[in-house]
Amino acid sequence: MEFRYLENVVTLELDGDRCTGCGMCTQVCVQAVLALNDGVAYIVDRDGCMECGACAMNCPVAALMVRPGVGCAWAVFTDWFKKKNVSSQEGSENIRS
Amino acid sequence: MGWIETPVGRVAGVSTKWTPRDKLGQTLVRMGIKRMRYTVATGLYAIGEPDFDSPVLVTANYKLSFDLLRRELAGRNLWLLVLETFGINVWCAAGKGTFGTSELVNRIRKVQLATVVKHRNVILPQLGAPGVAAHEVKKATGFRVRYGPVRAQDLPGYLDNGMKVSEESRRVRFPLRDRLVLTPVELVQAWKPSLVILLLLFVLSGLSRQGFDLHAAVSRSFAPILIYLGALLTGSLITPAFLPWIPGKAFSLKGTQLGLLWALFVSFTVASDWSGANLVALFLLAPAVAAYFAMNFTGCSTFTSLSGVKKEMRIAVPVIILSIVSGGIVLLVGSLS
Repeated sequence: MEFRYLENVVTLELDGDRCTGCGMCTQVCVQAVLALNDGVAYIVDRDGCMECGACAMNCPVAALMVRPGVGCAWAVFTDWFKKKNVSSQEGSENIRS
Repeated sequence: MGWIETPVGRVAGVSTKWTPRDKLGQTLVRMGIKRMRYTVATGLYAIGEPDFDSPVLVTANYKLSFDLLRRELAGRNLWLLVLETFGINVWCAAGKGTFGTSELVNRIRKVQLATVVKHRNVILPQLGAPGVAAHEVKKATGFRVRYGPVRAQDLPGYLDNGMKVSEESRRVRFPLRDRLVLTPVELVQAWKPSLVILLLLFVLSGLSRQGFDLHAAVSRSFAPILIYLGALLTGSLITPAFLPWIPGKAFSLKGTQLGLLWALFVSFTVASDWSGANLVALFLLAPAVAAYFAMNFTGCSTFTSLSGVKKEMRIAVPVIILSIVSGGIVLLVGSLS
């Protein structure tokens, strides 16, 4: 059974020119968002991305960019009240690449 | 379980079996009891009788994670490296960065892993990847990070198949059982604010132009308390259970629909003799309260993005607040008139 969340919202970006085709991103993604084609990664299913940041974190050539965070309403509430980022230690407003 | 001698000193052995105490602890943490203090000591452990060539598995110091892992390793010889995640599971800790590159690098150095084993591989659960940069770990320690399967139950297959991970065990599933096991904690966390809300509803029901009347409160609080408790269960238990079958994508929208069903059910059954105000309040409050608790389940789910949750909340939160405030006013006006 496949779960789908809101469409056209995720911050995932891939710079195919930088990609060396190591395939780490395809290994770490739990949602099968990325795949390799002719030795270059490409985004198969952008709306499947949950912005966990694993691909960008493990890309040795920084070809992937995503604003990582946890899709948790309670964390967003806490964020609003504290006026600082709790969704990730790096700060949800930072782009991880 | 005894001790294993290594060049860097003795390493504690751990059993792959669960004791009744382990099972009790699991039941309690699933109900939210002592959940934030359910930890094991960090560092290196031995399963069976590992040696220089035995694989090294890395995990979090949440005892629930540690227990699920060690149970799958019966009859094997390997090392377990437990990171300091402050009692948080691998995935959430990776998201926070505590199950992260620097903790892994420091822990590898601290336990002198390079002296304990000859090989240079550490196996991490795939869900640790949001916090760990494999290439940085390699640069800093010489150890190559291999991401194993998502679930501990797929580890035996992984270890027996030359450390190949199947497509299937790279994916996160979210079956009914996994959804339901998370709901008690949600309910327990809702308990304290709910007590305050129930007390407020009780007092509100007893208000009249003459002031507060206990008899009126007792007889009239039944309706709003029923509305609230039903909506709470609808949002935090029924919606997660039926999650994939409820139309829509936003969790709050799913909760709203079931909250509406709950309001309809109440209005056709117990509410036959309710006042007009109570009926209006029912339809304002039940969907909104259910939507709120359903929305909070986003944090338990395995597929929501932060961008998506923020978008959902920008619409849902104002609607929920407006609906609850109007419902409260209707109840109050109904009591005073």
